[in-house]
Amino acid sequence: MKQVNKSIPKIDGMGLAKGKPAFTDDLTDSNAIIVKILRSPHAFARIKNINVQKAVKYPGVECVFTYKDVPRNVFTRAGQGFPEPSPKDKFILDEYVRYVGDEVAIIAAATEETAEQAMKLIDVEYEVFEPVLDFEKAENNKSIIHPEKEPYTMFPMGFDPKKNIACIYDMHVGDVDEVLKNSEVIIDKIYYTQAQAHVAIEPHSSTAYIDPYERLNIITSTQTPVHLRRIIGEALGMPINKIRVVKPRVGGGFGGKQQIHGELFCALVTLKTGRPSKCIYSRKEVFESSFSRHAMRLNIKIGAEKNGKLKAIDLRILSDTGAYGEHALTVFMIAGSKTLPLYNKVDAVRFGGTVVYTNHTPAGAYRGYGAIQGNFALESAMDELADKLNIDPIELRKMNMIKEGETSEIFKIMGEGGEGTAQIIESCKLDYCLNRGSEMFKWNNKYHKKQINNDKVRGVGMAIAMQGSGIPNMDMGAALLKLNDDGFFNLLIGATDIGTGSDTILAQIAAETLNVPVDDIIVYASDSDLTPFDCGAYASSTTFVSGNGVKKAAEKMKNLLISEGAKHLQIDIEDTIFDGKLIKSKDGKKSISLKEISKGWLYYYGQGQKQIIAADSYVGKKSPPPYMAGFVEVEVDTKTGHFNIIDYTAVVDCGTTINPKLALGQMEGGLLQGIGMAVYEDVKYNKFGQMLTNNLMNYKIPTREDVPNINVEFADSYEPSGPYGAKSVGEIGIDTPPAAISNAIFNAVGVRITDLPITPEKVLMAIKKKEGK
Amino acid sequence: MKINLKINNQDKIVEIKPHEMLLEVLRKTGCLSVKHGCDTGSCGACTVLLDGKPVLSCSYLAAKADGHSITTVEGIQDKVDQIGKYLVDEGSVQCGFCVPGLVLTVIGMEKELSNPSEQEVNHYLSGNLCRCTGYVSHIRAIMKYLEDKK
Ligand code: FES
Ligand code: FES
Repeated sequence: MKQVNKSIPKIDGMGLAKGKPAFTDDLTDSNAIIVKILRSPHAFARIKNINVQKAVKYPGVECVFTYKDVPRNVFTRAGQGFPEPSPKDKFILDEYVRYVGDEVAIIAAATEETAEQAMKLIDVEYEVFEPVLDFEKAENNKSIIHPEKEPYTMFPMGFDPKKNIACIYDMHVGDVDEVLKNSEVIIDKIYYTQAQAHVAIEPHSSTAYIDPYERLNIITSTQTPVHLRRIIGEALGMPINKIRVVKPRVGGGFGGKQQIHGELFCALVTLKTGRPSKCIYSRKEVFESSFSRHAMRLNIKIGAEKNGKLKAIDLRILSDTGAYGEHALTVFMIAGSKTLPLYNKVDAVRFGGTVVYTNHTPAGAYRGYGAIQGNFALESAMDELADKLNIDPIELRKMNMIKEGETSEIFKIMGEGGEGTAQIIESCKLDYCLNRGSEMFKWNNKYHKKQINNDKVRGVGMAIAMQGSGIPNMDMGAALLKLNDDGFFNLLIGATDIGTGSDTILAQIAAETLNVPVDDIIVYASDSDLTPFDCGAYASSTTFVSGNGVKKAAEKMKNLLISEGAKHLQIDIEDTIFDGKLIKSKDGKKSISLKEISKGWLYYYGQGQKQIIAADSYVGKKSPPPYMAGFVEVEVDTKTGHFNIIDYTAVVDCGTTINPKLALGQMEGGLLQGIGMAVYEDVKYNKFGQMLTNNLMNYKIPTREDVPNINVEFADSYEPSGPYGAKSVGEIGIDTPPAAISNAIFNAVGVRITDLPITPEKVLMAIKKKEGK
Repeated sequence: MKINLKINNQDKIVEIKPHEMLLEVLRKTGCLSVKHGCDTGSCGACTVLLDGKPVLSCSYLAAKADGHSITTVEGIQDKVDQIGKYLVDEGSVQCGFCVPGLVLTVIGMEKELSNPSEQEVNHYLSGNLCRCTGYVSHIRAIMKYLEDKK
């Protein structure tokens, strides 16, 4: 392998470092009018009266929309494939507002100042309702968050808005109650995971204009350009052949930009005024009015034999989807489907629960996507079991975990909102990950707590995790290769690079297949008019799904070069090869360089002139999980509860890495985001439902000074169904820190924090409680 | 009102509003590398050099910059090439949104600290947030750059 499994520099890296205009706001027409949103100050209310006359007349104002002026089409902003597994429960604007920050009116003006001044002139009279702010009291609450009649679902998912239920799901294999009853040991615990904010450093940004063909063009920081086009069309009730969506560079996504955001408002304004418009969210809007991670309550029961053999797992979840149901069903299901198969040897397993509406900021897709929540419960409970049985936590995992060549019934039963896809695991190096990780980390020397001084104790913890690689039989990635004179290629892909480096690794895959230098592959991506279909950047799909699509297209191109080249050389196809530079007969007697033939094909072969183009697409038949083991050491001050994370070691099986450096970046970034979730980050509201953490001073993401010693290694692994052996790596890194850190704190000071984030206060209180103070 | 700014070595007379921040003014004059990431002076994406020292342009009144010299990465492409190479080699330009601000802070640091330790570097740069990389590759790249420069 020449071009893959090789750390070439990210192809857009230098341009970005040099600050070239690349992001939405950089590419916006300087005459664009500014779109601002009047947002609800109430967590739950109905607009009784809204008067925009004064605002409309304010000099410089271009237009104002209220719910009375926009199409009333119900849709979901989730940004998923079709049919959509999220309930359709959102209008562009509605007479009900369902969380603080919900949209009340859209206003566009020549300048930001004008828009803001005019916004103050909009009179709104609200009928305020009692909000639902405790997700454990949402079901059957007397406040019904979606009383309107239009919402519906495309999936049978127990949707019952009159009870504030977005979905219900249940599955089981075997008789869990019976197996639990007969288990020698039972762990029965409740864990809580909090809402987390994505905090991509680029705020959600979009711009729109009408082109000379009178079509609506949208440039936007999105993870899902094609789905976005479909959803905008649906919401506005316009044919999508009138819409083009272009994704420029995106300043981080992490799931936050899978959902649609300001695009819809820009579209409305530009369609109405004919003028270019832009909508850049303030950081406050990003926090309050985009999306966050689903907060969950996870009740878990594990039954086992005294020797550590697991017999049954029972996981019940209550999930808070906030005011709208984006990703309600799927995130919740993945909390089971991307955790429970880790322990595939149980006699019985059950998963189920409810996703409820509340008057919180809507939850949506977020890296880890349920798996991180499920992992916290499962891997904490496994640690409790190890402690109870006095078995080394690593040994307990080894005894029970999934291995290469095995399967889990869950793959077949649980999919992304519906039935899943059965698969045999063809690559799983969890064994190696555990062995190598514990060796790197020196687990055996560290496992028992270590007193550093009177107050300080060190402890270690670990967890294992899995994710997926795209959604099988649903996510598609396509690619098109075009040969140019001088023998270089354009690679057109729908795949959506949001900073991950997917443009680079997809170019590497094409270059490898064609045996040409990466420099000869010119990538153009994510333009709904010009690039072929791709579901977008989510579900850890790009390397595996789009990567396979690129590989297939490149193989087709290679075959085309051979067959057309054979014609030109007047030799048999079977006797023709392409080595990356020359098209030639096997004996080498007849040959022509790609450079020369490409020029001739385009310029001077007369009747032999032709454009050589190849396209293909790929839909996964399976979703091979990447796996990892994470190990962490913490030092806890028993007097204050304050703790430091000293070391985080991770060994990952993501198949063969296409670009090891970029894969490493995904892992390191994922780990720190997971550490953020485990110990710092918490979206908090006051009793009125106002978000207290709506800026970067109150919402703490890790800084450089919070980074522990992070060590990541990749297992030598090869996934037969992946492009050149690759599986996904975008999400897996985030999954282990919450459980591993909680386990480490337990091993240090004997207290277990079961609700995230794990803060010094909680640790101190627990220590005090344990000491009986 | 009108102010005099030396932007990337070019003298300019710029029309501003009294309450406008340097960030907006710079973006209007075409320095699009200067990014807006937050409302609270917390992210560092808007960092520029004012008379060679890093400042947060989002919270620096343009009027206050009157008569001063401002550098953005547009003005020092060769220097950015040198540092950027290390960052790109380590894979530390992911989305890249934080990078121009980071690079300018590194340049500010070079002037202020001689031979900084890893800890000092992280402390100096701690106002430049990055959500993509976990910072680990940044420090690898920057330490290598500082080492090779010696
Ligand atoms: S924009 Fe965030 S610190 Fe200036
Ligand atoms: S590379 Fe994305 S924020 Fe730093």
